[in-house]
Amino acid sequence: MTGVLTCGVDIGSTASKCVVLKDGREILAMAVIPVGAGTSGPARAVAAALGNCGKEMSDMASVCSTGYGRNSLAEADFEVSELSCHAKGAHALFPDVRTLIDIGGQDVKAMRIGPDGRLLNFVMNDKCAAGTGRFLDVMARVLEVDVSELGARGAKAEREVAISSTCTVFAESEVISHLANHVAINDIIAGIHRSVASRAVGLTRRVGVEGLVVMTGGVARNPGVVGCIETALGVSIATSPLAQYAGAFGAAILAFERVRGTPAGTHVPAGTHVIAEKK
Amino acid sequence: MSQEKPNEAVPAKVRLGNIAAQAYQDAWDAKKRGEKVGWCASNFPQEIHECLGVKVVYPENQAAAIAAKGGGTRMCEHAESMGYSSDICAYARISLAFADVKQSPELDMPQPDFVLCCNNICNCMIKWYENLAHDLNIPLIMLDIPFRPEPGYDMESAHAEYVKSQFDHAIRQLAEVTGKTFSQERFDEVCRISQRTAKAWLKASEYCKYEPSPLNGFDLFNHMAVAVCARGKLEAAEAFEQLVDEYAAAVKNGTSTYKGEQKFRILFEGIACWPHLRATFTPLKEHGINVVATVYADAFGVLYRNSAEMIRAYASVPNCLSVEDAAEMRIKVGRQNKIDGAIIHTNRSCKLWSGIMPEVERRIRTELNIPTVTFDGDQADPRVFSEAQYNTRVEALAEIMAANKQGAAS
Repeated sequence: MTGVLTCGVDIGSTASKCVVLKDGREILAMAVIPVGAGTSGPARAVAAALGNCGKEMSDMASVCSTGYGRNSLAEADFEVSELSCHAKGAHALFPDVRTLIDIGGQDVKAMRIGPDGRLLNFVMNDKCAAGTGRFLDVMARVLEVDVSELGARGAKAEREVAISSTCTVFAESEVISHLANHVAINDIIAGIHRSVASRAVGLTRRVGVEGLVVMTGGVARNPGVVGCIETALGVSIATSPLAQYAGAFGAAILAFERVRGTPAGTHVPAGTHVIAEKK
Repeated sequence: MSQEKPNEAVPAKVRLGNIAAQAYQDAWDAKKRGEKVGWCASNFPQEIHECLGVKVVYPENQAAAIAAKGGGTRMCEHAESMGYSSDICAYARISLAFADVKQSPELDMPQPDFVLCCNNICNCMIKWYENLAHDLNIPLIMLDIPFRPEPGYDMESAHAEYVKSQFDHAIRQLAEVTGKTFSQERFDEVCRISQRTAKAWLKASEYCKYEPSPLNGFDLFNHMAVAVCARGKLEAAEAFEQLVDEYAAAVKNGTSTYKGEQKFRILFEGIACWPHLRATFTPLKEHGINVVATVYADAFGVLYRNSAEMIRAYASVPNCLSVEDAAEMRIKVGRQNKIDGAIIHTNRSCKLWSGIMPEVERRIRTELNIPTVTFDGDQADPRVFSEAQYNTRVEALAEIMAANKQGAAS
């Protein structure tokens, strides 16, 4: 196989993601391991992605790391913040993106994206982890529901209940209280989705809602949260099956651009990526 | 420009450091002599106690020093065990804790015989000082400055009269408490020295406008202590004038106290995150970011030509202004010093300052067309800062500023 191979590794707070890219646009392999910085997750994600496409790290022309653990990857040729990587990845997936919402494990980010895909500005959640993926993880555990099922379960809610506590610990108590009062789990889940969404909505309004709104990060896979944000902002939100990989995808694109020598900000042709079959 | 500089061989930063340390020693010495010493709010008109020859120390300054040297958590937790909420100002908590334990290895200072409070910079301070006075059973001398609600507000004569009467009353009270005698001649002299100091401080700060800047912006955080606590002292005026001369020479020679290439110029908004100075500076340094704009200069560069103007000046310090004036102050210095971006400290201690920041941030961003980031922290409580979150914000800001420069160049 010819072509320039690059690798993007997004080492988040709760998950590690790796994307192997060919010629800056074709995804050969990707992998996610549900543990992040400081764990075996990054190495396992890299090994899984390389194994999926039958490549070695030495085959990579360049490796870019991102995420909270970006400084810890020995194989990385350079590091870029996850904000720039998500902007790059989202722009490759949706060239018209102007507003980007990324909800990860412990951060919520609202970003303004320029016509060329460049990150123009952003706002992030403060020190509190309310409204992040970790909040959903905690609540799913209390409800004894797999986090991947939350979206579907919330859609079946008949009478959504409010989760008013911002604090994750207090919200957990609130959920337990609802359970003790025999509130239907689906109704609680719908309330949890709205609670998570409300934090992202506030940040997005601060950065300004313009043009196509895209959502990336693991929580973008939850249609309940996405739907609540859409309703609150009054816009449709574009998501992708690659949403959780957007940071790693963007990192791999930046690695390709570095090899090719094009200035940062030049986007790759969109919509041409394919997912390699697992070997 | 300076007239007499006996210590010219000593660098200005050393002289300034010595002056700040001497202010504490002067208070200790006065206490030993049996004189009354006070604790003083940072923007209480220092002309009053300086002209009376009364020694004071500054709880805000002490709290910052304690926090910078690692004592913030211990003192905040002590105050919280006394019943103070973790939501109130950490300077207040540290100060109230110090008044209770009466010693701190990071920076000790004599216990007060009176407190001097002025609310032009802080409203929490009123209750903080009231509690100090109550707990220590000492007089509280309170100088109340009305808030300026309208943009560009020109103080009405009734307001000016009100503030003037407060000045007069504070002088009488302090003279009575300390047994000192007011001298108009000495007051005028202190005012003249204070103006010399303030002008030199402002002029030194203005050197940030040069590219590259001859100073590391974080230097101002250190030098500020003298601008706060020794404006009326001749040696302070001379040291700041020497600093101006040093910066002028640095511009001429192309040198700077900022080591390394200055790729980006930013506004650092808000009080320094004293418990995490290194953690907040290091990522800036790694990305070639220098701070060339703060509001500290204006905060303690109190300029006037007569007593009427002095009253207006003390009613015009940054936290005493409308949001419009506050935003304009930042935009003006940002434009003048050609900033590429801004980092805004959401300082959990200061509701007054941080409360207006979302709107001020929006105006800075839109009017100067620059990227801005905010980070959570505190001026003295170490427990509300995440280094990883800060680093991510700085890194992303640097990436945006780099892309903007690249875009402008291409």
